[in-house]
Amino acid sequence: MAEVPTGYTVLHERPKAFYDTFERKGDLQGQTHYCPGCGHGLAHKMIARAIDELGIQDRVVAVSPVGCAVFTYYYFDTGNVQAAHGRAPAVATAVKRSRPEAIVFSYQGDGDLAAIGTAEILHAANRGENITVFFVNNAVYGMTGGQMAPTTMLGQKTTTSPLGRDAFNEGYPLHVCELLAALEAPVYLERVALGNAKQVMAASRAIKKALTNQVKGLGFSLVEILSPCPTIWKMNPAKAQERVREEMVKVFPPGVYRDRTAEAQTRPAPPPPPRLEELPRLLDLEAHDFTPAADFQPGALDLRIKVAGFGGQGVLMLGEVLAEAGLLLNLDVSWLPSYGPEMRSGTSNCHVRISNRTIASPLVARPTMLLAMNEPSLRKFVADVDKGGWVLYNARSLPADVKAPEGVHVMCVPFTELADTLGEPRAGNIVMLGALLEASGILSREAIDRALEIHVRSARWLELDRRALELGRDAARKELAYACV
Amino acid sequence: MAKQLIKGNEAIVKSAILAGCRAYYGYPITPASEIAEAAALYMPRAGGVFVQAESEVSAVNMLYGAASAGVRAMSASSGPGISLMQEGISYLAGAELPCVIADITRGGPGLGNIAPEQSDYNQVVKGGGHGCYRMLVLAPASCQEMADLTALAFDLADAYRNPVMVMADGFIGQMMEPVEFAAQAHPPGSQPWAVEGNRETRLNLASSIHLEPDRLEEHIRHLEQKYLRAQREAVRCEHYETGDAEIVLVGYGIVARILKAVVDEARAEGIKAGLLRPITLFPFPSAQLRALARQASVFLTVEMSTGQMVEDVRLALEGRKPVEFYGRCGGNAPSAAEVLQVVREVARRSTPVLIPGAIAKTEVCHG
Repeated sequence: MAEVPTGYTVLHERPKAFYDTFERKGDLQGQTHYCPGCGHGLAHKMIARAIDELGIQDRVVAVSPVGCAVFTYYYFDTGNVQAAHGRAPAVATAVKRSRPEAIVFSYQGDGDLAAIGTAEILHAANRGENITVFFVNNAVYGMTGGQMAPTTMLGQKTTTSPLGRDAFNEGYPLHVCELLAALEAPVYLERVALGNAKQVMAASRAIKKALTNQVKGLGFSLVEILSPCPTIWKMNPAKAQERVREEMVKVFPPGVYRDRTAEAQTRPAPPPPPRLEELPRLLDLEAHDFTPAADFQPGALDLRIKVAGFGGQGVLMLGEVLAEAGLLLNLDVSWLPSYGPEMRSGTSNCHVRISNRTIASPLVARPTMLLAMNEPSLRKFVADVDKGGWVLYNARSLPADVKAPEGVHVMCVPFTELADTLGEPRAGNIVMLGALLEASGILSREAIDRALEIHVRSARWLELDRRALELGRDAARKELAYACV
Repeated sequence: MAKQLIKGNEAIVKSAILAGCRAYYGYPITPASEIAEAAALYMPRAGGVFVQAESEVSAVNMLYGAASAGVRAMSASSGPGISLMQEGISYLAGAELPCVIADITRGGPGLGNIAPEQSDYNQVVKGGGHGCYRMLVLAPASCQEMADLTALAFDLADAYRNPVMVMADGFIGQMMEPVEFAAQAHPPGSQPWAVEGNRETRLNLASSIHLEPDRLEEHIRHLEQKYLRAQREAVRCEHYETGDAEIVLVGYGIVARILKAVVDEARAEGIKAGLLRPITLFPFPSAQLRALARQASVFLTVEMSTGQMVEDVRLALEGRKPVEFYGRCGGNAPSAAEVLQVVREVARRSTPVLIPGAIAKTEVCHG
């Protein structure tokens, strides 16, 4: 800034929140790229002055849009982020969330905010993001040469509404303040105009208030600025201002559409972040204490298990307990679920592998164990079971027309019915687990008990599952005594 | 740290936080939703940010905002959502903003289905957005790699100032395996170029605009140099039994796991098979494939698609050796048995190894 000569007093000066020269601009670095009479220059100046008055220049991050104001970063001597078309509120959301001390505003035109960016502005407002939005509405697309905007007025001619906007073809001008006022979260919504000096002064107050709200941590503020566009409107600046004053304000009435600044609560500061050493505990990464018994010798173990049944029968959980027990015994394990609609209805299954060697494929095409909780699962998978393997089926016998492959052990026990005697048919999966362990002798009792503790968080269920496990073991012992193999 | 039995999707989030990530923005989609769910729980615990965005379009632009502010940030989605993110990814690459996105792939095109497929290769590896940019793409094949490669992705993102994709199929996302997490947590840092809303960073600008053609060309050349550097320095792949392999299988993600089983079974039958598993899909292990062309007589690419990566295998080999393809799609994974059958057929009809001298000559030409 030039020094003030003796005898002169400064009445107006350029806001400090503007750069002295616009070095990011290619040529004519002393002036903006805006046309004479355009409202953007005025809006910029009012924002810059408010930043000066609030003493927040270092903290400000300006998010610029796509449209005529795409180059706001030429001018604002603040942090600057340039956003994709319409996405400035999403960008501003994240800058603010990650740097709560920053004062973040987005500056958007009518195409950016009210057409392509409708979702972003609506949801940023609805989340009550503690950001400030300046929305410049000149009822036309300026940067691209005069196409229709969502805020183009009925009858207004543009290059893409050459006969004038027709409600039957293009619908009605979009009222952003009115739309956002239907939401609970916004704290402050005001529409102002740049049609005369009085309107400009009101606009200046609104802009400062919208930034002040953010400094106070009150929440979402938006100021809509009705702004002249002499070039595209093909008017001289005075006529363009007159159109704002006479015509636009009738379609877009200025006024306060929401003001809850008096009752809004200041957002609490985020709690201090935890120390890095605390992270493993906070991420539930602490070790499950378990030491396999010294005499546990898995030998050459390669269990390929398929657990299948109806959704809700606990087949995925049964698989998880098996895999967890395997891991506790220092074996390599994998658990692969069928997922998606099956979770909500229909049949569900998971592939479990437990091996003393590194597992290549977690998929189980030829199971050594099929745990079938229902008939469709049995029918679907029984033919795949490998020779020497096991089929456990949740009924007293196999259906008459189903035969297990030769050399496969079959155990038919009504696991769900047995669980019912415990008062909880949903524990049928654990009854089956008990029977499997008893029949096959895989894994250790201690590991299964510990795995259950890890996976069953409710004390009532843990108690129930322990009883179910014993019930399953008893049932298997009886079955084996009858040599149902 | 002790091993945890954990879903691949959940491992991504925990590893990301240990790697210093403190911001997650995403939109739920099967089979990636557990990532958002875990982030919703753990990000706030770690003092980080979680926001469920209104769309993947918003999510990727939030990522742009968080990355502009200099924090390690991530998102995740699956095919349809990644398609929506492509615009934002182009902006992130253009503005040189580092971040990590996980793509837990499913069946397409359109709504397709939610079962695992590898048909996002083209849109992710080749760059589905506009402009001359690339993403670095990592392809985990296990839950352990979901953790390890997520951590690596953040380092690469910072080193190259570029978005990095961790692309895994729905199987790897949904399955549980033992995972050992990093013992040392990486502190959330800051970047000298970031826009943090303070005096030190006031002059900084995050932008992808370069209005003057000469300036934009200069910028694009700068990006190009980064991608060339990645091709020199960031390639990762796994060789399995390739030492004397005459048939080299090529596959990534869950397919590579199946192919390992195929290699074992083929060798048991006396077929000299091996596996090259790309871990980085961009940069692609082209030189490593070319090196194998000296001894191998044929390559067999297996994918859960109708053939996308196979084009890169063919480009890498430059016609030195025939490249066969076997693919399943729609959510079906090839079984080891069916691939083994293909391997037997390929072995039967493949020609013997060519004269080594002739290969060596070509090798010199192409580095």
